[in-house]
Amino acid sequence: MRNAFASEITALAATDPTLIMMTADIGNRLFDRFKDQFPDRLFNCGVAEANMIGMAAGLASGGFRPICYTITPFITYRCYEQIRVDVCYHQKPVTIVGTGSGLSYASLGVTHHSCEDIAVMRVLPGMTVLCPADAFEVRALLRASRLWNGPVYMRIGKKGEPTVHASTPELTIGKALPIRSGSEVALLSTGNMLPSAMETAGLLAQKGVSCEVVSFHTVKPLDEDYLRSAFSKFKLVATLEEHSILGGLGGSVAEWLADGDGPRARMIRLGTGDHFLHTAGEQEFAREHYGLTPAKISEAILSRLN
Amino acid sequence: MTTPSLPELDLTLRRTRLKIIQMSHLAKSAHLASALSCVDLVTLAYTNLLRFDPAHPADPGRDRFILSKGHAVSTLYAALAFRGVFPLGDLDHYNEDGGHLPEQPSPGCAPGVEWATGSLGHGLPVGIGMALAAKIRKQDYRVAVVMSDGECQEGSVWEAALFAPKHGLSHLLAMVDFNKWQATGRSTEIMAMDPLRAKWESFGWACHEIDGHNLSEILGAFSKFPDPHGRPTVIVAHTVKGKGVSFMEDDNNWHYRSPSAEEVEKARVELNLVGDALV
Repeated sequence: MRNAFASEITALAATDPTLIMMTADIGNRLFDRFKDQFPDRLFNCGVAEANMIGMAAGLASGGFRPICYTITPFITYRCYEQIRVDVCYHQKPVTIVGTGSGLSYASLGVTHHSCEDIAVMRVLPGMTVLCPADAFEVRALLRASRLWNGPVYMRIGKKGEPTVHASTPELTIGKALPIRSGSEVALLSTGNMLPSAMETAGLLAQKGVSCEVVSFHTVKPLDEDYLRSAFSKFKLVATLEEHSILGGLGGSVAEWLADGDGPRARMIRLGTGDHFLHTAGEQEFAREHYGLTPAKISEAILSRLN
Repeated sequence: MTTPSLPELDLTLRRTRLKIIQMSHLAKSAHLASALSCVDLVTLAYTNLLRFDPAHPADPGRDRFILSKGHAVSTLYAALAFRGVFPLGDLDHYNEDGGHLPEQPSPGCAPGVEWATGSLGHGLPVGIGMALAAKIRKQDYRVAVVMSDGECQEGSVWEAALFAPKHGLSHLLAMVDFNKWQATGRSTEIMAMDPLRAKWESFGWACHEIDGHNLSEILGAFSKFPDPHGRPTVIVAHTVKGKGVSFMEDDNNWHYRSPSAEEVEKARVELNLVGDALV
């Protein structure tokens, strides 16, 4: 996703003079092509995230639409108040991109994990929260975000993740993207869990359970039309994310459901638990730990279904 | 811009002080002493430094001003009103429920209010962003940011201090209202603030250390901005909290309390404004 991000913003900058790229000393050589083509629109702001976000808001007040980029915990938790006050309170068109989201950088330890970022970003008034599933969705959402009003938070993964799409999909911010159709279970996946969601649907099919898969690339604004239809149509709605089950996609859907009075399928939230991971390990190990492998996901869905 | 004479400035400054004392009384709002310490810096910025048209305060080519110490916003509102950006009468509605002049500025709350502040350490990074926008677009507007001394304890201020010289933002002016007090004590005792000028200089800023209540020194520092060597400029202005009213000066209780009607009248006498037609 990182390479798709760098390539896409370079392409976008050619026709969008408002695009300013700001990093907090991350992306070694990733933005070389951008820098060659637009040297006066790339700023390495140093290891100083709070200043970067404040500056982005100031640039936005001067007519630019900056993109700020660094590792997810540092561009969300570290400078949260700048995002809240300078970007959201002022409703400035700043796009904040966190890389290595969720457990992508699992081996670097909890300082580099971000399983709370969706929760803290979506609670900000006026913030839009985008979680692309693969490199193609990164491109599609970046394009859409250039035309979107107001602040955007986008969480992306690392490089070399499996792709689900074969080409850049047509998509709309705030509208879930159907990937596989099914009739008993709706599996709502956000971000980089989509390949696992597809694998899960395959495993469930082997057990005779028909599973629809959708890419919930937008967590806020929530696609309520899809939810209304899914909760009336399916036996079970499952949310899947490389993020805490508190406050992310699962939390959003549960809040929405609690307020509604329509027909209700059962629901299950699949994500990371309410604890930090203290041992060493790569992303797959961390997913195993939190029950986020296709085998464990399908097991959880089957047991909730029965 | 027609430059007012020193006696004219002196009268405007006294009137501004009395006005914000009245505002604090009417609104029962805190931070009066913090507002009084930066009256001279802020007012003179609006009369003698910033290039803008009071009738068109949102003109894209205007110089920008950010009051990063948002708790002193009564001074900003008064400076804008005395400069004719909005009616003086609006100040009587400061901090009213549902009104447009809140106790800390909100985005675009009144004409000429460039940025919402209130949380310290935000103004300088935002000001740098504005100055950077001007540089990229090759516009020549300038950006001025007023901070408190306590605010200079925020890490984001020093993140910003590292960035601006690197990018040659000579059209950026920071002012530190160094009144030596913060919420709970002497700023120089709570943290190692001294030597403040040397800190800024060592970060690569053009630094002018002045008496922040001496009009000639303030105007002298303004005249050296922008720095001919391409550095951002900081004015470290030594000020007195509660300046202008003897019973408020250097007394940190006035960080919290608001004056009674009787105290407002005592201040009027001290400011030599008995019978003044405007305030």
